[in-house]
Amino acid sequence: MDLSAINPILFIAGFLVAATPLIFAAIGELVVEKSGVLNLGVEGMMITGAICGFATAVETGSPMLGFAAAAVGGAALSLLFAFLTQITLANQVASGLALTLFGLGLSALLGQSYVGIKPPRLGDINFGPLSDIPVIGPILFTHDIILYLGIALVAGVWAVLKFTRAGLILRAVGESHDAAHALGYKVVRIRTLAIMFGGACAGVGGAYISLIRVPQWTEGMTAGVGWIALALVVFASWKPWRLLLGAYLFGGITQLQLNLQGAGVAIPVEYLAMSPYVITIIVLVILSADKSAAPASLGRTFHASH
Amino acid sequence: MIRLEKRPEPSRAFSLATPLLAVLATMVFGGLLFMALGKDPLTSIQTIFWEPLFGEFAFYYRPQLLIKGAPLVLIAIGLSLGFKAGIWNIGAEGQYIMGALFGAGMGLAFYPLEAWYVFPLMVMAGAFGGWIWAMIPAFLKVRFGTNEILVSLMLVYVAEQFLASMSLGLLKNPEGFGFPGSRNLQQYESAFNGDLIEGTGMHWGVVAAMIAVIFAYVLLSKHRLGFAIRVTGEAPRAAKFSGVNPTRLVLFCMGMSGLLAGLAGLFEVSGPAGQVTIDFNVGYGFTAIIVAFLGRLHPVGILLAGLLMALTYIGGDIAQSNLGLPAAAIQVFQGMLLFFLLALDMFTNYRLRFGRAEVA
Repeated sequence: MDLSAINPILFIAGFLVAATPLIFAAIGELVVEKSGVLNLGVEGMMITGAICGFATAVETGSPMLGFAAAAVGGAALSLLFAFLTQITLANQVASGLALTLFGLGLSALLGQSYVGIKPPRLGDINFGPLSDIPVIGPILFTHDIILYLGIALVAGVWAVLKFTRAGLILRAVGESHDAAHALGYKVVRIRTLAIMFGGACAGVGGAYISLIRVPQWTEGMTAGVGWIALALVVFASWKPWRLLLGAYLFGGITQLQLNLQGAGVAIPVEYLAMSPYVITIIVLVILSADKSAAPASLGRTFHASH
Repeated sequence: MIRLEKRPEPSRAFSLATPLLAVLATMVFGGLLFMALGKDPLTSIQTIFWEPLFGEFAFYYRPQLLIKGAPLVLIAIGLSLGFKAGIWNIGAEGQYIMGALFGAGMGLAFYPLEAWYVFPLMVMAGAFGGWIWAMIPAFLKVRFGTNEILVSLMLVYVAEQFLASMSLGLLKNPEGFGFPGSRNLQQYESAFNGDLIEGTGMHWGVVAAMIAVIFAYVLLSKHRLGFAIRVTGEAPRAAKFSGVNPTRLVLFCMGMSGLLAGLAGLFEVSGPAGQVTIDFNVGYGFTAIIVAFLGRLHPVGILLAGLLMALTYIGGDIAQSNLGLPAAAIQVFQGMLLFFLLALDMFTNYRLRFGRAEVA
């Protein structure tokens, strides 16, 4: 075992990358849950975004178009969930699972001819002399635009939820859909928009995996990141900044176990690979005692007639 | 204007009709999907649903129906108990893997001893493996209020890694020339779960599935615990007042579904699959979720739904080799089925009304 093989600067820069798919998927789901809807289809929307983004980037040669396509793909898939839960009033848990099962199949189908291809790379932003600063430069200023966009998105969601009227309405719908309905807000429309936003974010998160983190396409490559994102929302008690913190924590763990694998630690690779999931469970246990922060209408079906 | 009006009581007719309508809708949209893939839709649908049952080689495919259907029915029966009560065990895939590992491990521990008691011990170990894996989310739920959906799912990924580690390590065949994977249990008579009647596909897993169906039916219709499950699902508050103990219910439902999933894993690994390999699991644990819903969470319904889903697997394989239909297309097809079922379910509880709402 050679721990000195792990370069701390590269490690930190690496975990910022590892955390980004989680940030996107989780911040999207946070907005969805704030509106009172529990969408368990994150994994399915991520993997669909991953292949939509990958295919588009390969076909057009433009990674940015890939990310746009991933957002559209994720949002389009989430519309199925919105239709089931908002229009036909199906159970949200079952519908979310259906979305994931369907998404996994659909992505495998779409991705058949893309196995083994390298996608075009999205270059890092040129920060000029900033990236030459020792230690801080390589950690903070050597990334692609999407990574920074993820952080900006967290800030944006936080600001919108906290300071704007739209955020207030969204939260009202999530706390009490009946009261919001009585006040004249279009509960179904607001929730559908939230679900689509969540789908778009999950799609971009998925594409970040297939285009940047592991630049290639393999079936089921999101490997549970979508589910970890769901856990992350609980971890963050529905607060954007805590979510960012949590994503870095998980990104750190993921990156650390990969680096330890690379350094040839005495622990078998499989046990290192299962560690992010085990740690997610432990964190869930520690934080589950307090459910006070959850939106009150979370998971409940809304129908205007009762 | 179209709006929904809640029915005073769920419609029984629609409750029975929606699975059939969902299958029909899936055939239509699946056909369109196959057409988009450049295949003839009618031939594709016929290949999937007709060939395995009545085609030229049906004698070969029919036993497959039992082999593929049994694990789905076993797992789905267990899941349905929890789903009925609002307890969501989504990690059957992991419990299936652990059942297979425990069961195969037990059998391999005895190798090469030939004795009548080896297989029964493996069955017990398999059931225990699935049960204990399901007890983790169950215990965490009752003790700490942890969400069982997320925990049981995380444990699938843990189990997959565990499976990889076992087939590369402890359970690896010492005579396997370094290839990953265990000894083949099909070649170890005391551990082999073969056809009970030659050529029918009827192995112990099929027997277990039948017993599970009957057991669940009796439990739900005749036993107090079945009553507790139903009440908890329909009216959790009323259940509390009628003296239902939620903790016991969670432990029972999760434990039962884990046990059945573990059994399914054991019967698969000791029979059709034969050996523990890195990816011996093929997603039965997830497909069983579709089976449970398609069967309306009713034991007999699940039996039929399990056979139907097994049919799509077999038909899918045939379509793959005969028509070059991609394997993933069947997965999409199965996902679609669940979508249509959930969407059409609306008509069970609601009625469509045309015209404006009257102001009360």
